[in-house]
Order: sequence, then C-alpha cells, then structure tokens
Amino acid sequence: MSFHASKANGVVLVDVDGQLIVGNRQDLKQKVLDELEAGERRFVIDFVNTGYIDSSGLGVLVSLSKKIREQGGALRLSNLNEDLRTLFELTKLDTLFEISDTRDEALSSF
Amino acid sequence: MIRGHRPIRPGRASASGSVDFVMDLPSDLSLVEAVVSYLAGRCRDFGFDGVRLDLNFRVSVTEALVNAVLYGNRSDREKTVRVEMRLAPGHLRVTVIDQGPGFDPARVPDPTLPENLGAPGGRGLFLIRHLMDRTEFLDRGNIVRMTLVHSGPESGSA
Repeated sequence: MSFHASKANGVVLVDVDGQLIVGNRQDLKQKVLDELEAGERRFVIDFVNTGYIDSSGLGVLVSLSKKIREQGGALRLSNLNEDLRTLFELTKLDTLFEISDTRDEALSSF
Repeated sequence: MIRGHRPIRPGRASASGSVDFVMDLPSDLSLVEAVVSYLAGRCRDFGFDGVRLDLNFRVSVTEALVNAVLYGNRSDREKTVRVEMRLAPGHLRVTVIDQGPGFDPARVPDPTLPENLGAPGGRGLFLIRHLMDRTEFLDRGNIVRMTLVHSGPESGSA
C-alpha cells in the first residue's frame, strides 16, 4: 500500500494504492499536509486502486478536508468503487465530500 | 507465529461441518492487516466472496481488532487480543476479546448525526453494527461477537 502524489495544472493528485487504514493513514495525511504547507490548495484523492477504507481512513479524509478548507483550499475525491461508496453513504460522509466519478471530472471541477 | 503468544490453531473441523480458528495476538496495530487478510482467505476457502467478504467482513474485523488494541488493551504489548472465528455452513462468526476494562456500547454517539459528521473518529462501532448481520457485546463490553450470514441482506441495509 502506498500513496503517489503528482501535480498538474495547479492540482495535487494523490493515488491511494491498496488499503487506507489505521496502519498507513498518517502517511497520507503527512503527504497532503506537506503539499498544503508548500502552498498547494487544490487536491484530488483518487481511489481507483484502493481496496478498502476503515474508519481511521475515513477519519483522516475528514480531517484533511477540514484543514484544506481552513487554508482556503478544496478537496475532491474520485473513483470510489461500489464498496467504498457504500461506506461513504452508510456514514453519510457522501454529504460532506465532493465526490466525482472519474479523476478527469474531479481535476476539471475546480 | 509470534513468540510469546499462542500461534494460530487453524482449521479444526467439527462434526457439524464447521471449522474453528483461534489466534492470540499481541496488542500491535501493525498486525491487523495481515490477520484480516489471513482470516479473509479462510473465509474465501469456505465460499464467502464478493462484497460481503471484501467490504463487510474485512472492514468489520479490522475495526474490531483496532478497537481491541487501541481502546481495549490501550496498546499494552503485555496484553493480548484473542480472535476466534467459526466458519459454519451458511454463516461465519468472529469473536474478538481484549483484556481491557470494557465499555458501554450504548453510550457511543451516532457518528451520522449532523453534529458528529465532521468528527475525525467515532465510526468504527457504527460500521461493525451496519456491516455485520448481528453484533453482540458481551461480558463487560470487552468481547464483540459478529455474525455474517453467507447470503443475507445487501451491505448497508442490515
């Protein structure tokens, strides 16, 4: 499991490969916060290669969303598969995040 | 498997056709993913697959193990977490037992209420209760027993 960050047209795109769970959530958080501190304000986290997310993973997304908003930025999520959408719907976090079907849609939504 | 702790006792078949697994684990979060993957593999051998294995089972057992390590045993490496899994025809049952003081699950706030939606934590028990077909808290709250039927209500509607 790992996270890859790339930048294009003023947007930081982070891919989540594998699981986003209690064991690695801090790695994702630190990667995004480093970019935020460096001045980046637009973020897309893409889940096309993600297996599952536990409550700690959901929690770190909530926390990052808040920190990015506090800095005047925006966070979009993309490519949630059916299982992950179920998690977001169950927890009602689908009402808290802007979720795009594809990464292109997310990247062009700012 | 882990020095100082009882290894996995795998695959004991009973006359009823069920298979039991027992694991005693140290309170170490870094083990959770491997344990869940191992147990999921045994479930797959028993015919579980699809969303009920990849979402309902994996997320619920992950949450129960993390809760046992963090909130039950408070990451005390001297304390263990026992995992018991019974694979039976038609259903599986996972019991996670920690050595902590327990808690009252009725006092855990609903994370989907508007005032709690932005909280970074507090969704673990909620997910277990909604992804498993039956969830019981036993003893002083330090034992969670989760049951998932082989083909039941779609995830999220339980």
